[in-house]
Amino acid sequence: MSKETIQSLAEAEYKHGWVSNVDADQLPPGLSEDIVRAISAKKNEPEWLTEWRLKAYRHWLTMTEPEWQKPKYPKIDYQGIIYYSAPKKKPTVTSLNEVDPELLETFEKLGISLDEQKRLTGVAVDAVFDSVSVKTTFREELSKQGIIFCSFSEAVTDHPEIVRKHLGSVVPFTDNYFAALNSAVFSDGSFCYIPPGVRCPMELSTYFRINSAGTGQFERTLLIADEGAYVSYLEGCTAPQRDENQLHAAVVELVALKGAHIKYSTVQNWYPGDKDGKGGVFNFVTKRGLAHENAKVSWTQVETGSAITWKYPSCILRGDNSVGEFYSVAMTRDRQMADTGTKMIHIGRNTRSTIISKGISAGHGDQTYRGQVKILKGATGARNFSACDSLLLGDKCGAHTFPYIESQNSTAVIEHEASTSKISDEQVFFLRQRGLSEEDAVSMIVNGFCKDVLSELPMEFAVEAQKLLGLKLEGAVG
Amino acid sequence: MTKLLEIKDLHVSIGGTEIIHGIDLSIGAGEVHAIMGTNGSGKSTLTKAIAGHPDYEITRGDILLKGKSILADEPEDRARAGIFLAFQYPVEIPGVSNMYFLRAALNAQRKARGEAEVSGADFLALIKEKAKLMDIDAGLLNRSVNEGFSGGEKKRNEILQLAVLEPTLAVLDETDSGLDIDALKTVANGVNSLRDSKRSFLLVTHYQRLLNHIKPDFVHVLLDGRLVKSGGPELALELEEKGYAWLEQTV
Repeated sequence: MSKETIQSLAEAEYKHGWVSNVDADQLPPGLSEDIVRAISAKKNEPEWLTEWRLKAYRHWLTMTEPEWQKPKYPKIDYQGIIYYSAPKKKPTVTSLNEVDPELLETFEKLGISLDEQKRLTGVAVDAVFDSVSVKTTFREELSKQGIIFCSFSEAVTDHPEIVRKHLGSVVPFTDNYFAALNSAVFSDGSFCYIPPGVRCPMELSTYFRINSAGTGQFERTLLIADEGAYVSYLEGCTAPQRDENQLHAAVVELVALKGAHIKYSTVQNWYPGDKDGKGGVFNFVTKRGLAHENAKVSWTQVETGSAITWKYPSCILRGDNSVGEFYSVAMTRDRQMADTGTKMIHIGRNTRSTIISKGISAGHGDQTYRGQVKILKGATGARNFSACDSLLLGDKCGAHTFPYIESQNSTAVIEHEASTSKISDEQVFFLRQRGLSEEDAVSMIVNGFCKDVLSELPMEFAVEAQKLLGLKLEGAVG
Repeated sequence: MTKLLEIKDLHVSIGGTEIIHGIDLSIGAGEVHAIMGTNGSGKSTLTKAIAGHPDYEITRGDILLKGKSILADEPEDRARAGIFLAFQYPVEIPGVSNMYFLRAALNAQRKARGEAEVSGADFLALIKEKAKLMDIDAGLLNRSVNEGFSGGEKKRNEILQLAVLEPTLAVLDETDSGLDIDALKTVANGVNSLRDSKRSFLLVTHYQRLLNHIKPDFVHVLLDGRLVKSGGPELALELEEKGYAWLEQTV
């Protein structure tokens, strides 16, 4: 590969960097009990939730920001962030006609149609713009089967008993610094409940868009699959191009009851910052699934955006015979950094987990796989398989693998494989000799490298993800 | 008449060391040329230089395809113009299915030539026919490119690509090495079936045995970066009998 292409690494542009001109209803920047109360009031929340937020806030005040992660970042001024920003509109939207046309256009531009007629068949969408959910499609159709799919705020109003029972049950607000912050100030997100024995007939998806400047996005997603239920869920995200860093600190909680199966896929494309590392989203997210007996929680993530990605979608395998899976592709280029991986906590007997992590670094990109496999005393017959592969493009990027393995049960079988490779010049030359351009050649090799993960994504999104990886590689060949 | 390929006073270096010290060679349309020579004589270097490998620097001379210099062309441009190189050591591309790769390659070439892309269904029919010709198991088509292929399978896979891409100039770099006699026959049959009045071949080989199966029009001997002797097919037989030593003395 030529030197010039290595150096022109940063040239491809972020395609979602534009800003929508939508009137916003915002709270002033800063964080205090008053702000927490104000957010809660804006959302007409019940007393118990306001209290829960306040407890979380008070707990957050006692915590210190962690700094064990590999990517370092400038100190975040938590008093400088706007914690609530919503498009000015009627409190509830019942039909598309009431949605701000500018907003509709925003989502159309992103390829997310909120018009059910135009939508990809078989995919229901909850669109979240800054702090609030704008529109959820296919709700009626889903509700016929007892499936609840709505914004988090609506769930609090319409299904308080379910929310109250599960909120914080997988990720308590004491869990970590950013989870505590999220619990205090979360503004919206998606909620989903699948009743016993129901197989959700369509892909559910949430599309997150940060628009306003200076805002943080703190959404909260809660998914509950009741006994024997199945759901496949996908989230996508983008943000405008801005010079300052924006904080995204979300919490996702999955509850898979007995025999349930939740498949959660993420295609993350937050603004990564420019080629010198100016701006970009700090993606500090806590995601965790709880698997009861015979249940399965499976995470698939394609992480291509954000200045810093710092997250470990995890599985608590509490029930006997429960299964956890983590499939990840993370791509960092320019000055992007990622510290990502998973935690598999084996509690029940015969619990199984699989971790397949693929890291691609280009330019000055730096990534870390950090994964924990923990087998507790009672987890007789537990098994884990981990494979972490890194692919380096060029000679200025980095890849690191930190597996943490802890077994308290001698019957456990744990396997860990790791590899680091570079795209070989001979592979690229071979493909070019067959007529592919240099970029297509590299893209093909990278996609092949990621195949085991991409094949876990629902079909339409796998194609999207492949394209996205291709786009990210534009000019990143080296 | 313009030759398909003309190599004029070609000098090639790798990492500053000159390997080829001035070669002249012309290949007409439909001709089969064989280049024979000992290890390290520059045979592979010549094939890489024709295909445009970035590590191989042309320090003097020229390579013309249909009368036009291709020295400034990227490897993919040369491929699209009809140059195909069957590699001595085909690389593996993990996770990319053979079928997907071949269709992408074919369509990239067709697109560059302004032709319509081949649909999935049409491609399937095409590849099945070609695979049968090359005696390639359909299972191989769905596996990752060359990954876990035996030496013979890799070589046959190269010829399959040749059959699908239908180049005007096919350069085969020691395609016979490491093949047992049955595989050699399969490969040779594949090549022979692709011979026609427009397609030319440049076969690079150590041994005469390939030339028992693919009959060349011309044989050239490459020694120490120079073509020291050219002749008809009988030259190959002579080499088989006498070895290369007698030629080294004539240099």
